[in-house]
Amino acid sequence: MIQSLTDGILVGAIVSLGAIGLTMVMHMLRFANFSHAELLSIGAYSALVFDALFSGILPSLANNIGPLSMTWALILSMLCAMAVTGLSAVLINEFVFKRIREKGSELSMVFASFGVAMIIRNVLGLIFGLKSQLYSNDIVFAVLVSSEPQLLIKPDQVFVLLAALLIMLVLHFVLSRTTFGYTLRAVAENPSLAEVTGIRLSRVIAIVWIISGLLAAAAGVFYGLNNHINPVIGRDLVLPIFAATIVGGIGSVFGAVLGGFIVGIAANMALLVLPSGYSPAVPFLIILVLLLVRPHGLFGEAET
Amino acid sequence: MMGLVSYLVFFTTIASILAIAVLGLNLQWGNTGLFNGGVVAFFGAGAYGTLLLGGTPQADHIGGFDLFYPLALIGGAAAAGVLAWVVGRLTLHLRHDYLAIATFGVAVTFENVMRNAQGLSGGAKGLRGFTRPLEAWVNDGFSYNVLFLTVVVALLICTYWFLERLICSPYGRQLRAIREDEIAARSLGKNPGAIRLTAFITGSCILGLAGGLYATFYAFVSPQDVLPTLTFQLWAMLIVGGAGNNRGAIFGTFLIWGAWTASGWSLARFAPVEVQLYTGTMQFILIGLVIVGMLMWRPQGLLPERLVVSQSGTKKLN
Repeated sequence: MIQSLTDGILVGAIVSLGAIGLTMVMHMLRFANFSHAELLSIGAYSALVFDALFSGILPSLANNIGPLSMTWALILSMLCAMAVTGLSAVLINEFVFKRIREKGSELSMVFASFGVAMIIRNVLGLIFGLKSQLYSNDIVFAVLVSSEPQLLIKPDQVFVLLAALLIMLVLHFVLSRTTFGYTLRAVAENPSLAEVTGIRLSRVIAIVWIISGLLAAAAGVFYGLNNHINPVIGRDLVLPIFAATIVGGIGSVFGAVLGGFIVGIAANMALLVLPSGYSPAVPFLIILVLLLVRPHGLFGEAET
Repeated sequence: MMGLVSYLVFFTTIASILAIAVLGLNLQWGNTGLFNGGVVAFFGAGAYGTLLLGGTPQADHIGGFDLFYPLALIGGAAAAGVLAWVVGRLTLHLRHDYLAIATFGVAVTFENVMRNAQGLSGGAKGLRGFTRPLEAWVNDGFSYNVLFLTVVVALLICTYWFLERLICSPYGRQLRAIREDEIAARSLGKNPGAIRLTAFITGSCILGLAGGLYATFYAFVSPQDVLPTLTFQLWAMLIVGGAGNNRGAIFGTFLIWGAWTASGWSLARFAPVEVQLYTGTMQFILIGLVIVGMLMWRPQGLLPERLVVSQSGTKKLN
C-alpha cells in the first residue's frame, strides 16, 4: 500500500513533467498533440548518445555520484538532451504543425500529430534498434526504509523526485514572476489582442515549444533512469500524460502537476486491485471518471 | 496464373472489407467532422461480437451462441454501435480534442481488455471455434473465397449506396451544416448534439460490420488484429482518398492497401536479411509520412469532396 503510493508519486513526477508541456501547447495552439510523448523518447535517446560521448571523452565523469546510478556525465547529457529536444520541438512545429495550421483546421493538426508520432517512434526504432537499453548496467539496490509496512526506495527515485520538483519550481517562477510569464498568459487568453500590444506571436509559440521540449526531455531521462529506454516510451506514456492534462484542466500548469501525481498514484494503487495486465487501461478510466464528474478538469476553465 | 488469381481474390476481399470501414469513418470524419482516434475499437467490437455470437461454444470463455450468421454479423455491428453510444454520450458535447483523446483511450483499453479478459475474449491467444457460414457446402477453398468476395463486394456497394443516399438527404445536409458552422445550425433549430451522436453511432456500426466481415474471413480474431496501427492505416486511406467523398474513400483504401502490401512484399523480397526485422518499422514510417505529407500538400485528398450547393440557393443568388 505505502509502497504503491511511493512508487506512484515517483511515476507521477515524471508524468507531470510531460503533462506541463502538453497542457501549455494544447492551451496555446488548441490542439491535442499526440506526438508530445515522443519528445520524451527523443530526450531519453539523445541523453543516451551524449552519455556515451561524455563518458568516452572524460572517463572520470562516468563515476557514480554517491549512491545514485546517475553520473556527472549523465547529468551533462541530460542538459544537452534537453537542448536537443527543445530544438526538435521547435523544428517539428516549424516544418509540420505551422504549415498545416495555415492550411487546415485544428483537427488536421491532431491527425498530423499522430503521423508525426509514428514517424519519430519508428525512426528512433530504426536508429537505435527495437531492444530496450539502459543508461547504466550497474545494479542499484533499493534501500529498505521501513520493513513494517514494507517500503523500498531506490536512491535514484529520490533524486528524480527532487529534480522534478526543482524543475517545476523554476518553471513556476518563470511563469509567475517574469514578463515572459505574463506574455504567455496574454497570448493564451487572446492571441490577436496580445499581438496588438506588440508581442511577437511566432516567438512566443516557439518558446512554448522549447519549454515543453525541455521538460519532456527531463521526463524522458528520468523515465529511462527508473525503467529502461525503448522506442515505445511514447506509446506507453501518451495516455497517462493526456490523462494528467485532462485531470488538471487544459491550460493549467498547476493542474498538470497535480494531475500527473494523481494519475501516477492512481495507476499504481489500481494494481493493488486489478491484475497488472490492465495497467495500460487505468489512465483511460481516470479520464472517463473525470469526464463524468468534472469535464473541464480540476483547474480548467469551462469553454466552448 | 491460378496463384495470381487467387491472390487477387484475397487482396480484393481484404481491401473491400477495409473500404467498408473507411466509408464508416468517412461518415464520421468526412461528413460530420468527428475525430475518431479509436477506429480499431469499433472495428474490433464488431469482430469480437460477430465471432462470439456466431461461434461454437468453447470451454474457456463465454460466447459461442451459434447464432444464424447474418444475425451474428448484425449483432457485431450493434456491439460497435453500443460502444459508440457510450463514448459519444460522454464526449461529443465536449471540445473536439477530448473526443480524440477519449476515443484513442477507448482503443487502447479495448485492446488491453481483449488481451487480458480470458473469459470474455480468449485472451492473447484469440478467439477460435468459428465455422465460416456455408463453408461445409462449398467444397473447394477457391470457390468459397470467390463467394465470400461476392458477398463482401455486395455489402460494400450497399454501404456505398446507403451513405450516398444518406448524405444527399436532409439529414446529410444537417451533418455538413453542423460541421461547417454549429452555431448557425443551432439557430435554425437543429440539435447538433443528437445529430452528431447518431452520425457517430451509424459510422461505428459500419466500422463494426467491417470488423465482423474481417473476423469471419479469417474465422479468427486476436488482440493482434486490434492494434492502433489499423487506425492509422484506415485514416491514411481516407485522407489520401479524400475525406468527404465516398468514392475517394474507396479509391484511397485500394491505393493505400495496395501500397502497403507492395511495400511489405518488396521489403521482404529485396531487403537484406538484417533489415527485414525492421520491415514493419519502415512501413510505419512510410504511412506516417503519407499522412503528414497529404495534410501538408493536399489536405483535400486525391478525390476532394464535391461541395453541393442546393438548387434553390443558387437561383436566389443569381
